[in-house]
Amino acid sequence: MTISVGLSTYLLVGAMLFCIGLYGVFSKRNVIAVLMSIELMLNAVNLNFVAFSRFTPWENQGINPLVGQVSALFVIVVAAAEIAVGLALVITIFRNRKTTNVDDLNWLKW
Amino acid sequence: MFKEMHNLFQWAWLIPFLPFLSFFIIAFITKRSKGLSAAISILAILTSLCLSIGIGIGVISSGAEVVENPVMSTVNWLSIGGLQINFGTLIDPMSAMMLFVVTLVASMVQIYSLGYMHGDKGFSRYFCYQSLFAFSMLGLVLSTNLLEMYVFWELVGLCSYLLIGFWYFKVSAREAAKKAFVTTRVADVGLLIGIVLLYTKFGSLDFYGPGSLSAQMASGFQDFALIGSVSYLTVMALLVFIGPMGKSGQFPFHVWLPDAMEGPTPVSALIHAATMVVAGVYLVARMFFLFDNASPVALEFVAIIGSFTAIFAATIAIAQDDIKKILAYSTLSQLGYMMFALGVGALTASMFHLMTHAFFKALMFLGAGSVIHALHEKQNIWDMGGLYKKMPITTITFGIGVLAIAGIPPFAGFFSKDEILASAMHSGHPFIYAIGLFTAFLTAFYMCRLFFVAFLGEEKPENHPHESPKTMTVPLIILAFFSVVGGWAALPDHNFAYFIHYGVFEPEAMDWGLAAISVAAGLIGIGLAYSIYVKKAIKAEDVVARFPGVYKLLKNKYYIDEIYQWVIDKIIDGFIAKVLYWFDIYIIDGIVNSLALLVRGTGSGLRRFTTGQLQTYALVFFFAVVVFYIVLAVGEGQLAGLNPLAMLGGVK
Amino acid sequence: MSNSFILLMTLLAPVLALFIIVFIPREETKMIKIVAAIGTFAALALSVFLFFAYDKSVGGLQFTMTIPWIRDIGVNLGLGVDGISLPMLLLTNLIGFTAVYSSWNIDKRVKDFFVLLLILITGVMGTFIATDLFIFFLCYEIVVIPIYIMVIIWGSTKRVSKEYAGMKLTIYLLIGSAFMLVAMVALYLNASHQLAVLGQGPTFMFAELAQLQYDPSFQIIVFGLFLFGFGSLISMFPFHSWSPDGYAGAPTAVSMIHAGVLKKIGGYGLIRLGVLVLPLGGRFWAPIIAVLAIINILYAAFIAMAQKDLKYVVGYSSVSHMGNVLLAIAALNITSINGAVAMMFAHGVMAALFFSMIGFIYEKTHTRNIGDLGGLAHQMPRLATGFMIAGMAGLGLPGTVNFIAEFTIFNGVAKVMPVQAILGIVGIIFTAVYTLRVIANVLFGPRRAEWDHLKDIRGPELVPVVVLVFVIFATGIFPNTLFHLIDSGVYTSGLAKVLETVGQATIGGLF
Repeated sequence: MTISVGLSTYLLVGAMLFCIGLYGVFSKRNVIAVLMSIELMLNAVNLNFVAFSRFTPWENQGINPLVGQVSALFVIVVAAAEIAVGLALVITIFRNRKTTNVDDLNWLKW
Repeated sequence: MFKEMHNLFQWAWLIPFLPFLSFFIIAFITKRSKGLSAAISILAILTSLCLSIGIGIGVISSGAEVVENPVMSTVNWLSIGGLQINFGTLIDPMSAMMLFVVTLVASMVQIYSLGYMHGDKGFSRYFCYQSLFAFSMLGLVLSTNLLEMYVFWELVGLCSYLLIGFWYFKVSAREAAKKAFVTTRVADVGLLIGIVLLYTKFGSLDFYGPGSLSAQMASGFQDFALIGSVSYLTVMALLVFIGPMGKSGQFPFHVWLPDAMEGPTPVSALIHAATMVVAGVYLVARMFFLFDNASPVALEFVAIIGSFTAIFAATIAIAQDDIKKILAYSTLSQLGYMMFALGVGALTASMFHLMTHAFFKALMFLGAGSVIHALHEKQNIWDMGGLYKKMPITTITFGIGVLAIAGIPPFAGFFSKDEILASAMHSGHPFIYAIGLFTAFLTAFYMCRLFFVAFLGEEKPENHPHESPKTMTVPLIILAFFSVVGGWAALPDHNFAYFIHYGVFEPEAMDWGLAAISVAAGLIGIGLAYSIYVKKAIKAEDVVARFPGVYKLLKNKYYIDEIYQWVIDKIIDGFIAKVLYWFDIYIIDGIVNSLALLVRGTGSGLRRFTTGQLQTYALVFFFAVVVFYIVLAVGEGQLAGLNPLAMLGGVK
Repeated sequence: MSNSFILLMTLLAPVLALFIIVFIPREETKMIKIVAAIGTFAALALSVFLFFAYDKSVGGLQFTMTIPWIRDIGVNLGLGVDGISLPMLLLTNLIGFTAVYSSWNIDKRVKDFFVLLLILITGVMGTFIATDLFIFFLCYEIVVIPIYIMVIIWGSTKRVSKEYAGMKLTIYLLIGSAFMLVAMVALYLNASHQLAVLGQGPTFMFAELAQLQYDPSFQIIVFGLFLFGFGSLISMFPFHSWSPDGYAGAPTAVSMIHAGVLKKIGGYGLIRLGVLVLPLGGRFWAPIIAVLAIINILYAAFIAMAQKDLKYVVGYSSVSHMGNVLLAIAALNITSINGAVAMMFAHGVMAALFFSMIGFIYEKTHTRNIGDLGGLAHQMPRLATGFMIAGMAGLGLPGTVNFIAEFTIFNGVAKVMPVQAILGIVGIIFTAVYTLRVIANVLFGPRRAEWDHLKDIRGPELVPVVVLVFVIFATGIFPNTLFHLIDSGVYTSGLAKVLETVGQATIGGLF
């Protein structure tokens, strides 16, 4: 049995990674963990981008498949920026509230 | 001749304008200087007096021409779609006569006020108001159309308000001013409705001239039934008459005039005796063609109201003790006289009485003012007495006024009063004649009662009267002169009627029989007063004791004021206004607030869904996306009909 | 062409002042006030210039400026004035200018106050000079926000708290604008369909919207929505209850602008959008408006008699006076529409003067309760004069412009609805009663020692009295200065033609 590693394999891995991230976002109580889960989801997307880029034929449709890879780079940069802001927020919140539990962070309620 | 006069009449607008200028100057420039303010005001009114005399001479010398063709000069005041109003001046014998009366009395009163108001804190303000009043009243006299007249009509009302409330620190003056304004305002509403409806029908408010009200009514205006069988013109006439009822203090709007005596006495003389209150009579006379073209009901109504007011006020005057109140009720009664004269169709007699009355009533008010001034604000006639020794000029001039109002020849009142009574008799109103005659008797009686008690009678030791200064006595003498000779305008052959009449002029011979009867009524009145208050042959107390109810009723002015007060306090303020306010707060606002409560309730229910847990929101969001995906994927385009742009008919 | 910038300059003068104020330090309150005064004065001077420069013989929209803004949906930055909007523009700037002086003694957060006030004035001005429905609505929405903030911060709490008053005011205005928005969008869509058939792009311009013919049932529905929206604005019964509470809660300047001009947007909109664009809808609703107008006049006048707070009296009186405007609009004829516009002008000036005087009284005595006041003419004769003239104008005394406006209205109304006209005239009795009572109880009567320390208004405080009194009498004694303009507006805006076609036939029977 030969396992051919094709587009669907990558997409499967990406989907699993995304679901793990999603689960983490919904279930983790620690803000840091939530942020990490978001990173997982972003990376799942990155994986999809790269996979599509790799498996798209060059000649077709006049679309440059490198666009997907560039997008992945963009996402990485944005994710880095986002995590920087996110961690800064977490630190400020922790300094003020002595907690990183998302259940306690409900001050915006009504 | 008429041509030159015509040019003179073009300048009639100066007559009201000068006092207005004086008002303006006093209000903005010379307010701080008392002497200068008074000087400007008096100068202005004296110039107006000279101009009025000039106009009067012009009218007399123009003769028949101006009688038939009133001279009008107008400018456009307001012109918009569906509304054209001109303002201007109207010169005919009637307005010329009024000009003379108003400027004469106003100048006398202003000169008199120099003495009377001396040392008052609001001296400049007083002359400022006086000038404003002179302007408004002269403007009213010269009005060429109903709206112009209404404008000045309201302005004289305003001046009356300001001058009654001149001593605004007195609560009674404040209340009296308010009462005067509101009462006349109520009546003016009728006039305003009449004006508006007349304009709607005729498209003009002019008294005379081409296309004017009188011209249209004279030439084939078809009257028609409006309410039931009452014709349009009749309703209009009655509506228009409501205004004069208020201004001229006819029953039931008479209540404001006696209270108006709270103002300074010269004001009472000018506004509430000689000029403003007769504006109503003047208006009816101006609009006489309307009453004439209306059904007889309109004039009957005028006659009934007038005669009722005449006797009603005269009976009240008998039981009053305040010198100004007596004069006020006497004014009401005389105004009733003028009104019923119009009602019986005697425009000439009414205008004649208006003129003579202005002279002798202004004289008596100023005389009363002189007494009040001398006795330091005492107004009760029983506190006076024996004034003739110390105040001879005042006493003599006042006596002339009394004789004039009592209708004793050859004083002015005799001629005019007699003419009114004769017209009533000759026009077939014997009942009204009887009322008029009885009123003449009552008038003579209460005026002599006032005179005997206050001026003759015993001297009161606590009083230290003194004759008033020259500024006050000279106007008295001048007015006394006119109270004597004013009536001679009717001599020798109805000169007055030749100039001022309605319709075709028919000289009417003096009815000496009727004249004798009315003189007799006057003499009986005087005699009765003499026997009661001088001879003490009949004890006044005995009469009172015999009819205590009647006396109380008269003393309290038939309780009309109390009834009005009750209606206003209990019905309008106490009930309607309160109920509506309650309705506004609790029903209208209640509905609004309950809507707000409903929204709030819904909101507080829905806010339970807002947990504040970010993860919950994300979960909901995620599942919503899943649901959308499933719907769009599985629904196979069935929802295309929901395309929002297609629904709204969107714009491409 | 160069003329077209005058309107823009008028609109931007307060904005410029606003930007300058933003850069002035908070503590320089004197400077802030002076800059605000200069800005509003510039706007006033320009609008006075426009008032006299407007060519009445030509008429129509003049000083126009149309810059395409959002081409896709046909929004233009359209400015222009005609005989109907020019008096309103002048009124806005008169009141804006005097409102600055009426707030001269304010000392709490001065900078914020004047910034908001200038935004408010600009917004109101914009609604009147906009020739584009979109801009009209935009400017109207600009107005709402500063009002809310100003009531909340600088307001006063009486029968109701200032928070409640501010909220009520804002919510009513927003509800009104919500209905207006629906009507506006419906009108726009309908018009753009018609224009698409003609091969033209969509538009929001009033003039072009008025050219089109709309289905009668559409007109009735849309006019109804406008009536609801503008009716709330002009405090038509039963949507009037915001007005007394709102005025009582608001600071003086807001009361002045609100009662003086903001309310008039309702009447202006009903004429410009309602009657001119949707005449058939207007005819359908006219009898209902007339009845509500009569209720406004009499009901509010009665309630005013039962009030103890000065601002409530004037608040209800303005509801009552707006009844006259509504009645005039309901009469749908040239004379009455003339009267309606004039009445809006006249009432604006009078209400502003009244509120200004009440503001000074409140500022000095710290009470507005009629029972606590009395005899103020002793200590403050100048204020008493201003107060009294405002009252006399309110009760329609001849010589003031208010009388002529009322007379014109009643004349117009009597042509088609004599009974309503009579009821309207009867209303002036009650106006006289409550006005004279207030004057008597506040100004006259014995001297009260507790007010002896009060100083009469002087210096900058005199500006509102002088300016507004001058306008009241100048236009009252020479009414043609104002009325010719309005008349030319009514004729050349096409209103006259519309009114002639839809004007109600004289009701038979009584007259």
